[in-house]
Amino acid sequence: MTIEKPKSFQEIILRLQNYWAAKGCAVLQPYDMEVGAGTFHPATTLRALGTKPWAAAYVQPSRRPTDGRYGENPNRLQHYYQYQVLIKPSPPDLQELYLGSLAAIGIDMALHDIRFVEDDWESPTLGAWGLGWEVWCDGMEVSQFTYFQQVGGHDCHPVSGELTYGLERLAMYVLGVDHVMDMPFNNPNAPIALKYGDVFKQTEQEYARWNFDVANTEVLLRHFEEAEAECQAILDQEHIDPKTSKRIIMAHPAYDQCIKASHIFNLLDARGVISVTERQAYIGRVRGLAKKCADAFVLTEAGGYTA
Amino acid sequence: MPNLLIELFSEEIPARMQRRAAEDLKKLITNGMVDAGLTYAGAAAFSTPRRLTLAVEDVLSESPTVREERKGPRVDAPEKAIEGFLRGALLSKDQLEVRDEKKGQVYFATIEKPGRPAADIIAEVLEHAIRNFPWPKSMRWGSGALRWVRPLHSIICVLSDDMDATVVPVNIDGIESGNQTMGHRFMSSGAPITVSGFDDYAALLKKEHVILDPEERAQMIWQDATNIAFASGLDVVEDAGLLAEASGLVEWPVVLMGEIDQEFLELPPEVLQTSMREHQKFFSVSGPKSGKITRFITVANRETADQGATILAGNQKVLSARLADAKFFWENDLRVAQNDGLTAWTARLENVTFHNKLGSQKDRIDRIIALAGDLTIATSADAGLTQKAAGVAKADLSSEMVYEFPELQGLMGRYYAEAAGLEQEVANACEQHWQPLGPSDDVPTEAVSATVALADKLDTLCGFWAIDEKPTGSKDPFALRRAALGVIRLVLENQIRLPLLKAAVEHMARFANAENASAVASDLLGFFHDRLKVYLRDRGIPHDVIDACVAMDGNDDIALLVKRAEALSEFLASEDGENLVQGFRRANNILTQAEEKDGVEYSFGADVKFAETDEERVLFGALETQGPKIDAAMQAEDFAAAMGAMAALRAPVDAFFEAVQVNSDNEIVRRNRLNLLSQVRNTCARVADLGRIEAA
Repeated sequence: MTIEKPKSFQEIILRLQNYWAAKGCAVLQPYDMEVGAGTFHPATTLRALGTKPWAAAYVQPSRRPTDGRYGENPNRLQHYYQYQVLIKPSPPDLQELYLGSLAAIGIDMALHDIRFVEDDWESPTLGAWGLGWEVWCDGMEVSQFTYFQQVGGHDCHPVSGELTYGLERLAMYVLGVDHVMDMPFNNPNAPIALKYGDVFKQTEQEYARWNFDVANTEVLLRHFEEAEAECQAILDQEHIDPKTSKRIIMAHPAYDQCIKASHIFNLLDARGVISVTERQAYIGRVRGLAKKCADAFVLTEAGGYTA
Repeated sequence: MPNLLIELFSEEIPARMQRRAAEDLKKLITNGMVDAGLTYAGAAAFSTPRRLTLAVEDVLSESPTVREERKGPRVDAPEKAIEGFLRGALLSKDQLEVRDEKKGQVYFATIEKPGRPAADIIAEVLEHAIRNFPWPKSMRWGSGALRWVRPLHSIICVLSDDMDATVVPVNIDGIESGNQTMGHRFMSSGAPITVSGFDDYAALLKKEHVILDPEERAQMIWQDATNIAFASGLDVVEDAGLLAEASGLVEWPVVLMGEIDQEFLELPPEVLQTSMREHQKFFSVSGPKSGKITRFITVANRETADQGATILAGNQKVLSARLADAKFFWENDLRVAQNDGLTAWTARLENVTFHNKLGSQKDRIDRIIALAGDLTIATSADAGLTQKAAGVAKADLSSEMVYEFPELQGLMGRYYAEAAGLEQEVANACEQHWQPLGPSDDVPTEAVSATVALADKLDTLCGFWAIDEKPTGSKDPFALRRAALGVIRLVLENQIRLPLLKAAVEHMARFANAENASAVASDLLGFFHDRLKVYLRDRGIPHDVIDACVAMDGNDDIALLVKRAEALSEFLASEDGENLVQGFRRANNILTQAEEKDGVEYSFGADVKFAETDEERVLFGALETQGPKIDAAMQAEDFAAAMGAMAALRAPVDAFFEAVQVNSDNEIVRRNRLNLLSQVRNTCARVADLGRIEAA
């Protein structure tokens, strides 16, 4: 079975969307907040909790301020895309489904060497861990494949299977491009053909400068404290809303504050104002929020609560 | 007799766990079978990334019937006791036998356990093995509660003989045993393979591109790799660990050799090798004369129509990206080393925590500098160079290369120290002060390196002792046993005379939170003695010999202690030594008994004028001549000579016990003889505490 090779970054994304839609996933949109990875999307973090079945796929723009290289490095970016799939409970043929997705974006299994190499995943900020692999294609890591065991300090029952594709790297490999900025973003034969660099080179420079040298650390430190306090304040509310008399636990708004704190921590880290010892303490504070949000979510209907 | 085949087929098992898991499977199943009475002739276990397999030969078709006799209560025992016995034996009263015993009539039960079919036993044992498998890490998947290393998909459990093969039925959380498995994930036809026993199982798997035996895969990899390199006039750099790992990552190994881009060939060979090994699991290929690494070998899991060209091109690309990073780190680091020297890096370690109760890495380095300075008195190393070396020895922890490849610490330090134009002794210390890293690792011999190595390890030990973080049982997270062994080997192999107790007490003062320095240091000395026992035991010196020497003064000087122990061990192995110790023991026993009985200590006043026999007089004479000789030899720390002088006492002591009755009726004579024995005891005790030598 040979599938025609995709021609652009966006075509690879579109093919993944179509593939996972055909396999029955709800194709969601990116979360509208700054996050470090697709896992932070509540469609993964929160939905991996509780007993309700779930199947979702989405692109998530992700930000890692410390990885900024002013657009010069061939494969390091402070803003990049992840493709994320989460299925709960993990289906028995998840590996085959995953390999099918590689075939769908034009990787010919008869010519390439695909390997599942041990890699246990852990997110100290989310209090989450799982076992699985990094998937290698010809020696290159193209995805992370994880069976979630714990999220926000809660054991996962049932277990979710999570797939994360680093889209730029995967696309560069499929398209045979050596520098990310040279990668065709849309069809190279389109009347207005755009490369990845046309879209993101300038923003990489702007953000790298801001992330490393300009971001106001005092303001950021204050925002961190405020997000932490707000998260707690939201979760401290009575479960019964006094206005509607309905049981409304605000797990998602609280989790938004956790995401915010996490991203602010990443920015502070890039500004180099967090010492090694403080680092652990900050990570612990974000994890504390994530755990409380998880505690709240499992008390909601989406988290499997029944009255 | 039937053969048994078990296969547990799962998603990819981590390479590092496969071999151990295959052995565990073998142990769990065969032990379980034998415990149930099911013996067998032989068993072999195999593993691939997706399966654990066990083949057991000539299994009994059923376990033998077992008869067991149980003695019960007396016939006139309370009814409750008899009922309890019946319940335990699952018998009724009329099935019991009454026998006459000394104490009266007693019930006896004969319990017969009938044999069970092999299949029943195997099904139980297999289920137990799967549910209790000792994976280092295991997981759940889907909606199930079963734990395995990765999702378990299918189980083969087949008993077969010449006539036929039957599936042993097992159902574990919905996974039903059968006689089918799958071949290679990509190269097989994709249809299930049906098997009847181990022979056709292994053969059919091979047809479906799975080599079952990890040893066979490793041999194939090594053979092909060396052949392919040889064809280009090159050698593969041996790496047993990598070979084992590579064989655990593939079911159908295909070896491919590729080039390393010219621009990376100037990187230090260790950097090339580490980067290729750790990140890509590549073997290094080097020129036979130069030893320079110029190519790599990768092991793919499949054959392709283009002879691996696509796979190799991909791997090459990934390697170039990796090495571009390494080159970037190397060049940045060299620039820092050349412009700012290594002290700038050391200063940055102020922000790196060593241990939250022991301060930063910088604090640690400052302590090591001070201690290394003190130690130069014992090691005769140049104090200035030694302290300079201690100050930069850990600088490379701040370098970008070591941040990326922690296993290159030390080695990079040497490269960077050389680049910074530091003295060769200092550069060498950067690399060697970490050594010895294990019992078989080399010990640094250059005075500067040895001194910094000693200071580094002593600082670690004093620090963790000061905050009471000592190793317990199998837990030794800070590798303190290794550090203590390192100190022992450093002082022994370099003949460094160092009173450890004093050094430790003084160094404790450099820790903010050190209390009771002398008590803590004594405890640490005890730890050194324990490690020393382990170390010397491996060299044939028994623990009681060490105990006899540890009991003497100066026991914190390891080099002296070992010299004494070696001489004593050799002495005890001689006929004179063995007999003298017997004589000593006899003297000691007689004295101890007499002292206890009389309530006095016989310790002085022996006088030759009360001697009644020649044997006594000869012993007096021998003690008089040998005593000063022993003292002089001890003064000179010539333990062999001291033992030699002591050996001369053996004949007179033997003769004394042969001819002389200590307990004379004459109280004066008796007391004089006891005091004479006391002299024997004291003379011997000057060499070692012989009372601690255990009788052979």
